[in-house]
Amino acid sequence: MEILKMENVSLTYQTAERETKAIENISLTIDDGEFIALVGPSGCGKTTILSLISGLIKPSQGTITLKDRPVTGPGHGVGYMLQKDMLFEWRTIEKNVLLGPEIGHKVDDEIKNEANELLRKYGLYEFRKHYPAQLSGGMRQRAALIRTLAMRPQLMLLDEPFSALDFQTRLNVCNDVYNIIKSEKKTALLVTHDISEAVSLADRVIVLSARPATVKKTFTIDLAQGPLLRRESAEFGKWFDLIWKEVVS
Amino acid sequence: MKTQKNEHELFLRKNKLKKIKIIVIQVSLLIFLIGLWELAAALGWIDSFITSSPSRIVAMLGKLSEQGLWVHIWTTLYECVIGFLLSTLLGIAIAVLLWCSELLRKVLEPYIVVLNSLPKIALGPIIIIWVGAGAKAIVMMTVLICIIVTVISTLNGLMATDEGKILLLRSMGANKWQILTKLVLPSSVPTFLSVLKINVGLAWVGTIMGEYLVSSAGLGYLIIYGGQVFKLDLVMTSTVILCVLAAAMYFVVALIEKFVRKT
Repeated sequence: MEILKMENVSLTYQTAERETKAIENISLTIDDGEFIALVGPSGCGKTTILSLISGLIKPSQGTITLKDRPVTGPGHGVGYMLQKDMLFEWRTIEKNVLLGPEIGHKVDDEIKNEANELLRKYGLYEFRKHYPAQLSGGMRQRAALIRTLAMRPQLMLLDEPFSALDFQTRLNVCNDVYNIIKSEKKTALLVTHDISEAVSLADRVIVLSARPATVKKTFTIDLAQGPLLRRESAEFGKWFDLIWKEVVS
Repeated sequence: MKTQKNEHELFLRKNKLKKIKIIVIQVSLLIFLIGLWELAAALGWIDSFITSSPSRIVAMLGKLSEQGLWVHIWTTLYECVIGFLLSTLLGIAIAVLLWCSELLRKVLEPYIVVLNSLPKIALGPIIIIWVGAGAKAIVMMTVLICIIVTVISTLNGLMATDEGKILLLRSMGANKWQILTKLVLPSSVPTFLSVLKINVGLAWVGTIMGEYLVSSAGLGYLIIYGGQVFKLDLVMTSTVILCVLAAAMYFVVALIEKFVRKT
Protein backbone atom coordinates (compact mmCIF):
# COMPACT_ATOMS: atom_id res chain seq x y z
CA MET A 1 0.00 0.00 0.00
CA GLU A 2 1.15 3.49 -0.82
CA ILE A 3 2.08 5.66 2.10
CA LEU A 4 3.63 8.64 0.37
CA LYS A 5 3.14 9.97 -3.10
CA MET A 6 4.98 12.98 -4.53
CA GLU A 7 3.81 14.07 -7.96
CA ASN A 8 5.84 16.49 -10.09
CA VAL A 9 6.93 18.45 -7.06
CA SER A 10 9.06 21.55 -7.65
CA LEU A 11 10.27 24.21 -5.27
CA THR A 12 11.69 27.58 -6.11
CA TYR A 13 12.78 29.96 -3.43
CA GLN A 14 13.59 33.63 -3.59
CA THR A 15 16.55 35.50 -2.19
CA ALA A 16 17.52 39.13 -2.71
CA GLU A 17 20.06 38.16 -5.37
CA ARG A 18 18.21 35.56 -7.35
CA GLU A 19 15.54 32.98 -7.76
CA THR A 20 16.83 29.50 -6.92
CA LYS A 21 15.31 26.28 -8.15
CA ALA A 22 15.91 23.91 -5.28
CA ILE A 23 14.11 20.86 -6.60
CA GLU A 24 12.50 20.19 -9.92
CA ASN A 25 9.78 17.81 -10.97
CA ILE A 26 10.31 15.09 -8.39
CA SER A 27 7.91 12.18 -8.38
CA LEU A 28 8.25 9.24 -6.05
CA THR A 29 6.15 6.82 -4.10
CA ILE A 30 6.91 4.95 -0.93
CA ASP A 31 5.06 1.79 0.02
CA ASP A 32 4.07 0.66 3.47
CA GLY A 33 7.01 -0.81 5.38
CA GLU A 34 9.65 0.30 2.91
CA PHE A 35 12.98 1.79 3.89
CA ILE A 36 14.07 4.34 1.32
CA ALA A 37 17.35 6.26 1.18
CA LEU A 38 17.85 9.52 -0.68
CA VAL A 39 21.44 10.23 -1.66
CA GLY A 40 22.94 12.97 -3.73
CA PRO A 41 25.71 15.54 -3.88
CA SER A 42 25.84 17.88 -0.90
CA GLY A 43 23.60 20.90 -1.12
CA CYS A 44 21.31 19.29 -3.68
CA GLY A 45 18.17 19.82 -1.64
CA LYS A 46 17.75 16.49 0.16
CA THR A 47 16.72 18.16 3.40
CA THR A 48 14.36 20.43 1.46
CA ILE A 49 12.49 17.33 0.29
CA LEU A 50 12.03 16.23 3.90
CA SER A 51 10.79 19.70 4.86
CA LEU A 52 8.25 19.52 2.02
CA ILE A 53 7.00 16.08 3.07
CA SER A 54 6.69 17.14 6.71
CA GLY A 55 4.64 20.14 5.63
CA LEU A 56 7.08 22.74 6.97
CA ILE A 57 7.29 24.34 3.53
CA LYS A 58 4.86 24.26 0.65
CA PRO A 59 5.88 23.20 -2.86
CA SER A 60 5.76 25.74 -5.68
CA GLN A 61 4.24 23.10 -7.90
CA GLY A 62 2.99 19.55 -7.63
CA THR A 63 1.22 17.61 -4.91
CA ILE A 64 2.29 15.54 -1.94
CA THR A 65 -0.13 13.06 -0.41
CA LEU A 66 0.34 11.06 2.74
CA LYS A 67 -1.98 8.04 2.89
CA ASP A 68 -4.27 9.64 0.30
CA ARG A 69 -4.52 12.93 2.20
CA PRO A 70 -2.76 16.00 0.82
CA VAL A 71 -0.07 17.41 3.08
CA THR A 72 -1.17 20.90 4.15
CA GLY A 73 0.93 21.59 7.20
CA PRO A 74 3.17 20.00 9.84
CA GLY A 75 2.05 17.67 12.60
CA HIS A 76 0.09 15.08 10.63
CA GLY A 77 1.45 11.57 10.63
CA VAL A 78 5.07 12.41 9.92
CA GLY A 79 7.88 11.89 12.44
CA TYR A 80 11.02 13.89 11.85
CA MET A 81 14.38 12.77 13.23
CA LEU A 82 17.28 15.16 12.88
CA GLN A 83 21.08 15.00 12.81
CA LYS A 84 21.47 15.69 16.48
CA ASP A 85 19.15 14.03 18.97
CA MET A 86 17.62 17.41 19.94
CA LEU A 87 16.62 16.11 23.37
CA PHE A 88 15.61 18.88 25.78
CA GLU A 89 18.17 18.90 28.58
CA TRP A 90 15.68 20.08 31.22
CA ARG A 91 13.23 17.25 30.57
CA THR A 92 13.58 13.67 31.71
CA ILE A 93 13.80 11.00 29.02
CA GLU A 94 10.18 10.11 29.69
CA LYS A 95 9.06 13.73 29.22
CA ASN A 96 11.21 14.08 26.12
CA VAL A 97 9.62 11.01 24.60
CA LEU A 98 6.14 12.43 25.25
CA LEU A 99 6.94 15.77 23.62
CA GLY A 100 5.14 15.00 20.36
CA PRO A 101 1.84 13.91 21.93
CA GLU A 102 2.10 16.88 24.32
CA ILE A 103 2.34 19.31 21.41
CA GLY A 104 -0.71 17.69 19.84
CA HIS A 105 -2.57 17.70 23.20
CA LYS A 106 -2.88 13.94 22.94
CA VAL A 107 -1.27 12.82 26.20
CA ASP A 108 -3.45 10.19 27.86
CA ASP A 109 -2.87 6.95 29.72
CA GLU A 110 -2.90 4.97 26.52
CA ILE A 111 -0.08 6.96 24.91
CA LYS A 112 1.85 7.00 28.19
CA ASN A 113 1.67 3.23 28.38
CA GLU A 114 2.70 2.97 24.78
CA ALA A 115 5.70 5.23 25.36
CA ASN A 116 6.68 3.27 28.46
CA GLU A 117 6.34 0.05 26.49
CA LEU A 118 8.69 1.42 23.83
CA LEU A 119 11.17 2.54 26.48
CA ARG A 120 11.03 -0.90 28.09
CA LYS A 121 11.40 -2.73 24.78
CA TYR A 122 14.44 -0.73 23.74
CA GLY A 123 16.30 -0.70 27.02
CA LEU A 124 15.64 2.82 28.26
CA TYR A 125 12.93 2.15 30.83
CA GLU A 126 15.33 2.28 33.79
CA PHE A 127 16.58 5.61 32.48
CA ARG A 128 13.14 7.18 32.02
CA LYS A 129 13.63 9.48 35.02
CA HIS A 130 17.17 10.42 33.94
CA TYR A 131 18.12 13.58 32.11
CA PRO A 132 19.66 13.42 28.62
CA ALA A 133 23.08 14.53 29.90
CA GLN A 134 23.26 11.30 31.91
CA LEU A 135 22.97 9.11 28.79
CA SER A 136 25.54 8.04 26.20
CA GLY A 137 25.38 9.28 22.62
CA GLY A 138 23.89 6.03 21.36
CA MET A 139 21.24 5.94 24.08
CA ARG A 140 20.33 9.54 23.39
CA GLN A 141 19.78 8.78 19.72
CA ARG A 142 17.63 5.80 20.69
CA ALA A 143 15.59 8.09 22.95
CA ALA A 144 15.18 10.49 20.03
CA LEU A 145 13.93 7.60 17.91
CA ILE A 146 11.42 6.56 20.58
CA ARG A 147 10.25 10.18 20.77
CA THR A 148 9.58 10.00 17.02
CA LEU A 149 7.78 6.65 17.38
CA ALA A 150 5.59 8.00 20.20
CA MET A 151 4.01 10.34 17.66
CA ARG A 152 2.63 7.22 15.91
CA PRO A 153 3.97 8.37 12.57
CA GLN A 154 2.85 6.83 9.30
CA LEU A 155 6.15 7.88 7.79
CA MET A 156 9.46 8.53 9.52
CA LEU A 157 11.83 11.07 8.04
CA LEU A 158 15.47 10.59 9.03
CA ASP A 159 17.78 13.49 8.22
CA GLU A 160 21.32 12.12 8.53
CA PRO A 161 20.52 10.88 12.03
CA PHE A 162 23.94 9.27 12.52
CA SER A 163 26.24 11.99 11.23
CA ALA A 164 26.84 13.56 14.64
CA LEU A 165 28.09 10.25 16.12
CA ASP A 166 31.61 8.85 16.05
CA PHE A 167 32.23 5.90 13.72
CA GLN A 168 31.99 3.07 16.29
CA THR A 169 28.79 4.40 17.79
CA ARG A 170 27.43 5.14 14.36
CA LEU A 171 27.51 1.50 13.23
CA ASN A 172 25.82 0.36 16.42
CA VAL A 173 23.16 3.07 16.44
CA CYS A 174 22.54 2.52 12.74
CA ASN A 175 21.90 -1.17 13.43
CA ASP A 176 19.75 -0.26 16.43
CA VAL A 177 17.61 2.20 14.53
CA TYR A 178 17.14 -0.19 11.64
CA ASN A 179 16.00 -3.02 13.91
CA ILE A 180 13.65 -0.79 15.86
CA ILE A 181 12.05 0.65 12.72
CA LYS A 182 11.63 -2.83 11.26
CA SER A 183 10.19 -4.34 14.42
CA GLU A 184 7.73 -1.45 14.74
CA LYS A 185 6.86 -2.02 11.04
CA LYS A 186 7.41 1.62 10.23
CA THR A 187 8.02 3.19 6.86
CA ALA A 188 11.14 5.33 6.67
CA LEU A 189 12.74 7.85 4.36
CA LEU A 190 16.42 8.42 5.11
CA VAL A 191 18.46 11.30 3.76
CA THR A 192 22.21 10.77 3.82
CA HIS A 193 25.41 11.69 2.04
CA ASP A 194 26.99 8.45 3.23
CA ILE A 195 26.52 5.91 0.44
CA SER A 196 27.60 2.92 2.52
CA GLU A 197 24.95 3.87 5.07
CA ALA A 198 22.33 4.02 2.33
CA VAL A 199 23.35 0.61 0.92
CA SER A 200 23.43 -1.00 4.36
CA LEU A 201 19.93 0.20 5.31
CA ALA A 202 17.65 0.77 2.37
CA ASP A 203 15.34 -1.37 0.27
CA ARG A 204 15.60 1.26 -2.43
CA VAL A 205 18.22 3.97 -2.92
CA ILE A 206 17.13 7.03 -4.84
CA VAL A 207 19.96 9.07 -6.34
CA LEU A 208 19.34 12.77 -6.80
CA SER A 209 21.11 15.09 -9.20
CA ALA A 210 22.89 18.29 -8.22
CA ARG A 211 20.69 21.34 -7.72
CA PRO A 212 18.00 21.64 -8.84
CA ALA A 213 17.40 18.14 -7.51
CA THR A 214 15.72 15.66 -9.82
CA VAL A 215 15.47 11.90 -9.47
CA LYS A 216 18.41 10.52 -11.41
CA LYS A 217 18.10 6.82 -10.79
CA THR A 218 16.54 4.37 -8.39
CA PHE A 219 18.34 1.22 -7.23
CA THR A 220 16.52 -1.70 -5.65
CA ILE A 221 18.99 -3.30 -3.27
CA ASP A 222 18.41 -7.06 -3.12
CA LEU A 223 20.84 -7.92 -0.37
CA ALA A 224 20.12 -9.74 2.89
CA GLN A 225 18.33 -7.60 5.49
CA GLY A 226 20.15 -5.78 8.27
CA PRO A 227 23.01 -3.30 8.10
CA LEU A 228 25.68 -5.47 9.75
CA LEU A 229 24.91 -8.47 7.51
CA ARG A 230 24.93 -6.26 4.48
CA ARG A 231 28.23 -4.64 5.29
CA GLU A 232 29.79 -8.11 5.46
CA SER A 233 28.28 -9.31 2.20
CA ALA A 234 30.49 -9.70 -0.86
CA GLU A 235 28.20 -7.64 -3.04
CA PHE A 236 28.23 -4.61 -0.72
CA GLY A 237 31.18 -3.06 -2.58
CA LYS A 238 29.53 -3.60 -5.94
CA TRP A 239 26.43 -1.68 -4.87
CA PHE A 240 28.54 1.03 -3.31
CA ASP A 241 30.49 1.55 -6.57
CA LEU A 242 27.35 1.53 -8.68
CA ILE A 243 25.66 4.19 -6.61
CA TRP A 244 28.79 6.24 -6.08
CA LYS A 245 29.34 6.43 -9.86
CA GLU A 246 25.76 7.57 -10.31
CA VAL A 247 26.15 10.26 -7.66
CA VAL A 248 29.35 11.78 -9.05
CA SER A 249 28.58 11.42 -12.77
CA MET B 1 41.94 -0.13 46.72
CA LYS B 2 43.09 1.18 50.07
CA THR B 3 45.78 3.40 48.58
CA GLN B 4 43.26 4.68 46.12
CA LYS B 5 40.96 5.74 48.90
CA ASN B 6 43.82 7.42 50.70
CA GLU B 7 44.75 9.27 47.56
CA HIS B 8 41.22 10.52 47.15
CA GLU B 9 41.11 11.63 50.77
CA LEU B 10 44.39 13.42 50.28
CA PHE B 11 43.00 15.14 47.21
CA LEU B 12 39.90 16.25 49.11
CA ARG B 13 41.95 17.52 52.02
CA LYS B 14 44.23 19.42 49.64
CA ASN B 15 41.23 21.03 47.98
CA LYS B 16 39.75 21.99 51.34
CA LEU B 17 43.04 23.46 52.50
CA LYS B 18 43.25 25.53 49.34
CA LYS B 19 39.77 26.96 49.96
CA ILE B 20 40.58 27.75 53.59
CA LYS B 21 43.81 29.41 52.52
CA ILE B 22 41.98 31.74 50.14
CA ILE B 23 39.41 32.72 52.78
CA VAL B 24 42.12 33.34 55.39
CA ILE B 25 44.04 35.59 53.00
CA GLN B 26 40.87 37.44 52.04
CA VAL B 27 39.94 38.15 55.66
CA SER B 28 43.52 39.06 56.60
CA LEU B 29 43.70 41.51 53.71
CA LEU B 30 40.51 43.21 54.91
CA ILE B 31 41.77 43.39 58.49
CA PHE B 32 45.12 44.68 57.28
CA LEU B 33 43.57 47.43 55.16
CA ILE B 34 41.21 48.53 57.94
CA GLY B 35 44.07 48.42 60.45
CA LEU B 36 46.35 50.43 58.18
CA TRP B 37 43.63 53.01 57.67
CA GLU B 38 43.03 53.32 61.42
CA LEU B 39 46.76 53.47 62.17
CA ALA B 40 47.42 56.07 59.49
CA ALA B 41 44.63 58.22 60.86
CA ALA B 42 45.75 57.79 64.51
CA LEU B 43 49.39 58.60 63.72
CA GLY B 44 48.41 61.59 61.62
CA TRP B 45 49.82 60.22 58.33
CA ILE B 46 46.49 61.11 56.76
CA ASP B 47 44.01 63.79 57.73
CA SER B 48 41.03 61.91 59.18
CA PHE B 49 38.86 64.96 58.64
CA ILE B 50 39.09 64.21 54.91
CA THR B 51 39.59 60.45 54.97
CA SER B 52 37.61 59.55 58.10
CA SER B 53 38.74 56.39 59.89
CA PRO B 54 37.30 53.02 60.93
CA SER B 55 36.79 54.12 64.53
CA ARG B 56 35.04 57.30 63.42
CA ILE B 57 32.83 55.23 61.13
CA VAL B 58 31.86 52.97 64.04
CA ALA B 59 31.10 56.02 66.18
CA MET B 60 29.04 57.51 63.37
CA LEU B 61 27.17 54.22 63.01
CA GLY B 62 26.23 54.39 66.70
CA LYS B 63 25.10 57.97 66.41
CA LEU B 64 23.14 57.37 63.22
CA SER B 65 21.33 54.35 64.59
CA GLU B 66 19.80 56.63 67.19
CA GLN B 67 18.83 59.14 64.53
CA GLY B 68 16.83 57.03 62.10
CA LEU B 69 19.54 55.18 60.20
CA TRP B 70 17.02 52.41 59.56
CA VAL B 71 14.73 54.81 57.74
CA HIS B 72 17.52 55.69 55.34
CA ILE B 73 18.55 52.08 54.80
CA TRP B 74 14.96 50.99 54.32
CA THR B 75 14.26 53.84 51.86
CA THR B 76 17.21 52.98 49.63
CA LEU B 77 16.70 49.24 49.85
CA TYR B 78 13.02 49.58 49.06
CA GLU B 79 13.64 51.80 46.03
CA CYS B 80 16.39 49.51 44.80
CA VAL B 81 14.42 46.27 45.15
CA ILE B 82 11.28 47.73 43.56
CA GLY B 83 13.33 49.15 40.69
CA PHE B 84 15.18 45.87 40.28
CA LEU B 85 12.02 43.74 40.20
CA LEU B 86 10.11 46.13 37.95
CA SER B 87 12.89 46.48 35.39
CA THR B 88 13.68 42.76 35.33
CA LEU B 89 10.05 41.69 34.89
CA LEU B 90 9.19 44.45 32.40
CA GLY B 91 12.44 43.96 30.48
CA ILE B 92 11.89 40.22 30.13
CA ALA B 93 8.28 40.78 29.08
CA ILE B 94 9.36 43.26 26.40
CA ALA B 95 12.09 40.89 25.20
CA VAL B 96 9.54 38.06 24.87
CA LEU B 97 7.24 40.37 22.88
CA LEU B 98 10.12 41.30 20.59
CA TRP B 99 10.98 37.61 20.17
CA CYS B 100 7.38 36.93 19.12
CA SER B 101 7.24 39.56 16.39
CA GLU B 102 10.00 39.98 13.85
CA LEU B 103 8.33 43.14 12.56
CA LEU B 104 8.29 44.74 16.00
CA ARG B 105 11.92 43.70 16.53
CA LYS B 106 13.08 45.26 13.28
CA VAL B 107 11.03 48.43 13.81
CA LEU B 108 12.24 49.02 17.36
CA GLU B 109 15.89 48.10 16.80
CA PRO B 110 17.22 51.64 16.16
CA TYR B 111 15.20 53.00 19.10
CA ILE B 112 16.70 50.44 21.45
CA VAL B 113 20.21 51.16 20.17
CA VAL B 114 19.78 54.90 20.78
CA LEU B 115 18.18 54.41 24.21
CA ASN B 116 21.00 52.07 25.16
CA SER B 117 23.73 54.58 24.36
CA LEU B 118 21.88 57.54 25.91
CA PRO B 119 23.21 58.38 29.37
CA LYS B 120 20.06 57.87 31.41
CA ILE B 121 21.11 60.47 34.00
CA ALA B 122 20.42 63.09 31.33
CA LEU B 123 16.74 62.25 31.69
CA GLY B 124 16.80 63.27 35.39
CA PRO B 125 15.05 66.64 35.04
CA ILE B 126 12.41 65.15 32.75
CA ILE B 127 11.71 62.37 35.22
CA ILE B 128 11.34 64.82 38.12
CA ILE B 129 8.92 66.98 36.16
CA TRP B 130 6.90 64.03 34.92
CA VAL B 131 6.58 61.84 38.00
CA GLY B 132 7.50 64.35 40.69
CA ALA B 133 10.34 64.40 43.19
CA GLY B 134 10.45 61.46 45.55
CA ALA B 135 10.67 57.69 45.61
CA LYS B 136 8.75 57.42 42.31
CA ALA B 137 11.43 59.38 40.45
CA ILE B 138 14.19 57.25 41.95
CA VAL B 139 12.50 53.98 41.05
CA MET B 140 11.93 55.39 37.57
CA MET B 141 15.63 56.18 37.22
CA THR B 142 16.53 52.65 38.36
CA VAL B 143 14.12 51.13 35.86
CA LEU B 144 15.47 53.30 33.02
CA ILE B 145 19.03 52.25 33.74
CA CYS B 146 18.28 48.52 34.02
CA ILE B 147 15.56 47.92 31.50
CA ILE B 148 17.36 48.48 28.20
CA VAL B 149 20.21 46.17 29.13
CA THR B 150 17.66 43.61 30.35
CA VAL B 151 15.77 43.75 27.05
CA ILE B 152 18.92 43.45 24.94
CA SER B 153 20.55 40.59 26.88
CA THR B 154 17.31 38.66 27.28
CA LEU B 155 16.42 39.02 23.62
CA ASN B 156 19.89 37.81 22.61
CA GLY B 157 19.39 34.79 24.85
CA LEU B 158 15.94 34.02 23.43
CA MET B 159 17.16 34.39 19.85
CA ALA B 160 20.06 32.00 20.51
CA THR B 161 17.66 29.05 20.92
CA ASP B 162 18.81 26.02 18.93
CA GLU B 163 17.26 26.26 15.44
CA GLY B 164 17.20 22.48 15.17
CA LYS B 165 15.01 22.18 18.26
CA ILE B 166 12.64 24.81 16.89
CA LEU B 167 12.48 22.84 13.64
CA LEU B 168 11.72 19.67 15.60
CA LEU B 169 8.82 21.34 17.44
CA ARG B 170 7.48 22.87 14.24
CA SER B 171 7.55 19.46 12.55
CA MET B 172 5.42 18.21 15.45
CA GLY B 173 2.92 20.93 14.60
CA ALA B 174 3.75 23.26 17.49
CA ASN B 175 2.45 26.82 17.40
CA LYS B 176 4.43 29.89 18.42
CA TRP B 177 3.13 29.83 21.99
CA GLN B 178 4.16 26.19 22.43
CA ILE B 179 7.61 26.89 20.99
CA LEU B 180 7.95 29.77 23.46
CA THR B 181 6.78 27.96 26.57
CA LYS B 182 8.14 24.47 25.91
CA LEU B 183 11.49 25.40 24.39
CA VAL B 184 12.58 29.03 24.25
CA LEU B 185 11.82 30.04 27.85
CA PRO B 186 13.20 26.91 29.56
CA SER B 187 16.34 26.93 27.43
CA SER B 188 16.90 30.60 28.31
CA VAL B 189 17.05 30.06 32.08
CA PRO B 190 20.86 30.66 32.13
CA THR B 191 20.24 33.98 30.35
CA PHE B 192 17.65 35.01 32.95
CA LEU B 193 20.09 34.21 35.73
CA SER B 194 22.88 36.28 34.20
CA VAL B 195 20.42 39.14 33.62
CA LEU B 196 19.50 39.01 37.31
CA LYS B 197 23.16 39.30 38.26
CA ILE B 198 23.80 42.24 35.94
CA ASN B 199 20.66 43.99 37.20
CA VAL B 200 21.63 43.68 40.85
CA GLY B 201 24.62 45.91 40.16
CA LEU B 202 22.80 48.27 37.82
CA ALA B 203 19.82 48.70 40.18
CA TRP B 204 22.16 50.10 42.84
CA VAL B 205 23.69 52.49 40.31
CA GLY B 206 20.22 53.68 39.36
CA THR B 207 18.98 54.06 42.93
CA ILE B 208 21.97 56.02 44.20
CA MET B 209 22.02 58.16 41.06
CA GLY B 210 18.32 58.85 41.55
CA GLU B 211 18.91 59.79 45.18
CA TYR B 212 21.70 62.16 44.16
CA LEU B 213 19.23 63.88 41.87
CA VAL B 214 16.25 64.08 44.13
CA SER B 215 15.70 62.72 47.61
CA SER B 216 15.06 63.60 51.23
CA ALA B 217 16.08 60.25 52.67
CA GLY B 218 18.22 57.25 51.77
CA LEU B 219 21.88 56.35 51.69
CA GLY B 220 22.48 58.32 48.49
CA TYR B 221 20.92 61.32 50.22
CA LEU B 222 23.23 60.87 53.23
CA ILE B 223 26.28 60.70 50.94
CA ILE B 224 25.34 63.84 49.01
CA TYR B 225 24.38 65.70 52.20
CA GLY B 226 27.58 64.60 53.97
CA GLY B 227 29.64 65.79 51.00
CA GLN B 228 27.94 69.16 50.95
CA VAL B 229 28.50 69.86 54.66
CA PHE B 230 31.97 68.25 54.54
CA LYS B 231 31.12 65.46 56.96
CA LEU B 232 33.31 62.72 55.50
CA ASP B 233 32.45 60.40 58.39
CA LEU B 234 28.86 60.40 57.18
CA VAL B 235 29.90 59.83 53.56
CA MET B 236 32.20 56.93 54.45
CA THR B 237 29.71 55.32 56.84
CA SER B 238 26.94 55.43 54.23
CA THR B 239 29.29 54.00 51.61
CA VAL B 240 30.23 51.11 53.90
CA ILE B 241 26.55 50.33 54.56
CA LEU B 242 25.95 50.46 50.81
CA CYS B 243 28.74 47.96 50.25
CA VAL B 244 27.17 45.56 52.73
CA LEU B 245 23.69 45.93 51.23
CA ALA B 246 24.88 45.48 47.64
CA ALA B 247 26.87 42.40 48.64
CA ALA B 248 23.86 40.98 50.50
CA MET B 249 21.58 41.46 47.51
CA TYR B 250 24.12 39.86 45.18
CA PHE B 251 24.38 36.97 47.60
CA VAL B 252 20.60 36.48 47.54
CA VAL B 253 20.63 36.37 43.72
CA ALA B 254 23.55 33.93 43.78
CA LEU B 255 21.53 31.74 46.17
CA ILE B 256 18.56 31.84 43.79
CA GLU B 257 20.88 30.86 40.96
CA LYS B 258 22.25 27.93 42.92
CA PHE B 259 18.74 26.78 43.75
CA VAL B 260 17.53 27.06 40.13
CA ARG B 261 20.58 25.23 38.75
CA LYS B 262 19.96 22.39 41.16
CA THR B 263 16.36 21.83 40.01
